[in-house]
Amino acid sequence: MAQIFHRSTNTLSKVSIFGAIFIIAAVAVGIGIVIRSPYLTEARVVREQPVPFSHKHHVSGIGIDCRYCHTSVEDSSFAGIPPTKTCMNCHSQVWSDSPTLEPVRASFREDRSLQWTRVNDLPDFVYFDHSIHVHRGVGCTTCHGPVDQMPMTWRENTLFMEWCLQCHRHPERYLDTRGKNIDSPRKLTNCSICHR
Amino acid sequence: MKPEKFWRTLDEYSNFDEFQKALRDEFVSGVSEEPVGLGRREFLSLVSASLAFAGLTSCAPSIPEKIVPYVRAPEEIVPGRPLFFATAFPLGGFGLGVLAESHTGRPTKIEGNPEHPESMGATDAFAQASILSLYDPDRSKVITLGGRISTWDAFITEMATELEAKRLNNGEGFRILTETVTSPTLASQLQQILKLFPAARWHQFEPVNSDNLRIAARMASGKFADSHYHFAKADVILSLDADFLLSMPGHVRYAREFTSRRRAVPGASGMNRLYALETTPSITGAMADHRRPVRPSEVPEIAFRIADALEGNTASGDAWIDALVRDLKAVRGKSLIIAGPHQPPEVHVAVYAMNAELGNLGETVEYLTPIEANPVEQLESLKQLTRDMQSGAVDLLLVVGGNPVYTAPVDLDFPKHFAGVRTRVHLSLYEDETSDLCHWHIPETHYLESWGDIRSVDGTTTIMQPLINPLYGGKSAYELLSAVLAQPTRSSYEIVRERWRLDEKVWRKAVHDGIVQATSEPVEIRKPDWRSLRNSKPANAGAGWEIVFRPDPTVYDGRFANNSWLQELPKPLTKVVWDNVALMSPDAAQRLAVSNEDEIEIKHDGRAIRVPVWISPGHAADSITLYLGYGRTRVGRAASNRGYNANLIRTSTSPWLAQNAEVRKTGDRYAIVTTQSHYSMENRAVARRATVKEYAEHPDIIQTQGEGPPRDLTLYPEYSSEDYAWGMAIDLSTCIGCNACVVACQAENNIPVVGKIEAGRSREMHWLRIDAYYQGDVHEPEMLFQPVLCMHCEKAPCEPVCPVAATTHSNEGLNEMTYNRCVGTRYCSNNCPYKVRRFNFFEFHANEGSSMTLLYNPDVTVRSRGVMEKCTYCVQRINHARIDAKKEDRSIREGEVVTACQGACPADAIVFGNIADPNSRVTKLKAEPRNYGLLADLNTRPRTTYLAKLTNPNEELRKG
Repeated sequence: MAQIFHRSTNTLSKVSIFGAIFIIAAVAVGIGIVIRSPYLTEARVVREQPVPFSHKHHVSGIGIDCRYCHTSVEDSSFAGIPPTKTCMNCHSQVWSDSPTLEPVRASFREDRSLQWTRVNDLPDFVYFDHSIHVHRGVGCTTCHGPVDQMPMTWRENTLFMEWCLQCHRHPERYLDTRGKNIDSPRKLTNCSICHR
Repeated sequence: MKPEKFWRTLDEYSNFDEFQKALRDEFVSGVSEEPVGLGRREFLSLVSASLAFAGLTSCAPSIPEKIVPYVRAPEEIVPGRPLFFATAFPLGGFGLGVLAESHTGRPTKIEGNPEHPESMGATDAFAQASILSLYDPDRSKVITLGGRISTWDAFITEMATELEAKRLNNGEGFRILTETVTSPTLASQLQQILKLFPAARWHQFEPVNSDNLRIAARMASGKFADSHYHFAKADVILSLDADFLLSMPGHVRYAREFTSRRRAVPGASGMNRLYALETTPSITGAMADHRRPVRPSEVPEIAFRIADALEGNTASGDAWIDALVRDLKAVRGKSLIIAGPHQPPEVHVAVYAMNAELGNLGETVEYLTPIEANPVEQLESLKQLTRDMQSGAVDLLLVVGGNPVYTAPVDLDFPKHFAGVRTRVHLSLYEDETSDLCHWHIPETHYLESWGDIRSVDGTTTIMQPLINPLYGGKSAYELLSAVLAQPTRSSYEIVRERWRLDEKVWRKAVHDGIVQATSEPVEIRKPDWRSLRNSKPANAGAGWEIVFRPDPTVYDGRFANNSWLQELPKPLTKVVWDNVALMSPDAAQRLAVSNEDEIEIKHDGRAIRVPVWISPGHAADSITLYLGYGRTRVGRAASNRGYNANLIRTSTSPWLAQNAEVRKTGDRYAIVTTQSHYSMENRAVARRATVKEYAEHPDIIQTQGEGPPRDLTLYPEYSSEDYAWGMAIDLSTCIGCNACVVACQAENNIPVVGKIEAGRSREMHWLRIDAYYQGDVHEPEMLFQPVLCMHCEKAPCEPVCPVAATTHSNEGLNEMTYNRCVGTRYCSNNCPYKVRRFNFFEFHANEGSSMTLLYNPDVTVRSRGVMEKCTYCVQRINHARIDAKKEDRSIREGEVVTACQGACPADAIVFGNIADPNSRVTKLKAEPRNYGLLADLNTRPRTTYLAKLTNPNEELRKG
């Protein structure tokens, strides 16, 4: 009886078996790339806001301190988004008839809050506290990037857990720990430090 | 010495086959069943569909979230940091000083007010759960006229016409019915109304009142007087069917004072001794050193016999009474006799005489003028109103709060006569049975929504401040009465502020502190002559059934019926949830040939109700206890048509005790859910107790009741702890089983309710449960409560079995649960010897309604379906304290972290702290020889340990 399969089938099967491994690996790598791509992580993607607020102008241009607007960053888990009143402190005097700022004035006039789009959005099961990071010497730009160079605000980092852990595992790489009482990595990586 | 065996259910006591079978089964039957009303296929298709959709969403960037800042930021509010405001939780007219936690304008949690003399920092289950009622989506939301939506303006217009007519005839036919009023502002408004309409009348009625005490005080002194008790000073206490630890006004302070004398801490003053005579097993009876079940009709006679023996006339011929009397006489001026508010006036008069005889006046007992604005005999007041309604003398009736159509004694025929009144107005939190019969229904503000004032049992006044604007646009009682006074636009704030006439600075301090000191005049009650009463009251020793009525331990008189936290809260001893039952002794059940869940018909005075039986060890013979508050027909989703309505056989002649009732078995059955049999620990030395004397003679008596392996016997590595090692000690001597901790935990940790059917499948979600144990004879068992939460084992059996490392150990000793990692294998729960892990089978939170999302504690994850959860030792509070401490470069101070359960506990039974600190309170407690770990023989090294219960029985009465 004649052979059912031609001799070349041997080569074909070997190639396809090895090929499959490479294809699966390639797909895995591909998924990894997609997950870490700005399309999904939204890192470095500018967000639409009700008013085109420029951190670049206000911070590096005028020289306003971060804490002028983000008042609770040293006291609370939440850094604070300024109330309309803070904007109007200046903008009742400067650019007071700019059409771009009409939503701000309308908010103040009608006592209706501005609705900003959250740029750095953590999942709801993560409890991040700004105040303790600031107190332990983590600068704003360490996580938020060069905010003073952002004409429109984007998120600098992925906010993946692996990103948080880079520092929680090796605080000495990011912080000046000399003479400071920084907790051990063992303690900083307790699950309940962030998840509760 | 091995103590007598502990047992939790009658099945366990008699070791029925079914109990043995249940023990052998890995899971409680039904726990792995599909949801109700959803078949397997449907369920699978839904699950696969949701998976598919979940897959789809992961392909798109997340939906952007909004941040909505203030326009003008209010002072003091820092987003992310809660604020606390002093106010008072009203129950039965009396206030309990509390601090309400507010997260950017949302009240989320109730804590006790440490400065308030009635709270002393603690709360009860009702106060803890009251926050849920605020957000209840079933609360009434609109003003209605004849069931149709109307407006406040329309109401004002109609009232103006009505009142104009009333002004002309002096208010003839105008009546106001309120609940107990202690509020100075409300009282002055009512007085003004009565002045304006001289012929109008103000009636007060609550189904759970202190009429009997009122009548007794008048019999003894000619005046009304409130009795004030000082339990901390009493060495020997006799309770004549008084449940002063749970259901009497002032119970939070009483619990704190009573348990302050139950601690066997070295150096503390001696332990008190409690004798309790009671019909229905209550938590007070469970705390007693000597508890004697008595038929309700026997209480007066026993009280008289004790009074007789106290005066030294005769030996009573009863060893129990003689021993008690000797004990009482030995501590003159340091004893306390208290009778339940439902006891007939004769008993209270005898109690006055006994306390006087024992020299307790001015020591442990004080009589003061009532703090109520206008104390009345409430049942009499309601009867009068009903008579007048019947005769047609009432044509305008304002019902301010309360639900008399449901709660009024049935023989008054209140609904029928009520429906004959020309104009009926009802102000209440819910559209209830009374609203249904009213022309006007006005939604009432919750106490956290309105300004107000209220007095506590001790007389302290609290100015109540609102934490939030009325969610559903309600009106307060002050605003309603102000409308009657032709000032419909005045706000509660203006009304209360004006009544107090305080200097701005003083006012601000009063509001801030939640306390305005007030004093009451003492009333002199000399030793009354009780002997004449004894003769006038024929002892009823009839053979018929005696039915007693009691406020429900969780829904009270029905006002909390729509509060699902309280509905799902296991009743202290029976652990029944979502229903009320008829309690009776095992002998009574045998006589009727009934068992648990069998329905019986109780007939009294020609009226009958059908109720399910629940056999209660330690219940008095030939009597049945019915709880009020159920069988509501018109309220909300959680309450409607649940349980039976005991009011249907409760008459005005015998509101607390119905004698000579007929009882028969109907043959029907009614399914009852109890959590008592869930999570059995199979006869191990889980609960431990000893007497003070045994403990003093053999301090190791507790340790020898169970054994633990040596410290170094383990294969697992030791955890190193850098600075903190969290631990907890729970004192079983002081735990009164009141459930405040369970609800506090639920509120703090966003724990959902699951409903009766799911609870029946052992799917209740409480992270903290209170196990009730019985010991000894089924007729007169001793009882013990044991709160069980996650033990935070140092060698936790749950951790090695988790395939995804969702449950891990922190180096501070916390057994952590990371919800987003959990894949729901439930191996951890299976491996947990304490059965403290809870699996969220369904998205239980999803059924709650949107307003409930406002209630969530923002510091705790709202868990989803398919995730295991459990007690975290309130890690959110630890983290807050740790961050605050780090910011100040210091360590967390002793007492800085207070867990929710600890903060709520009126008995101070739960102590939490750092066991690495040798000076912390918890370390010292754990060093006591009565400290033991639960199932320590498994070498789990629990961080939560227990201090064994110590009792202080009278040696004369010790059995054997």
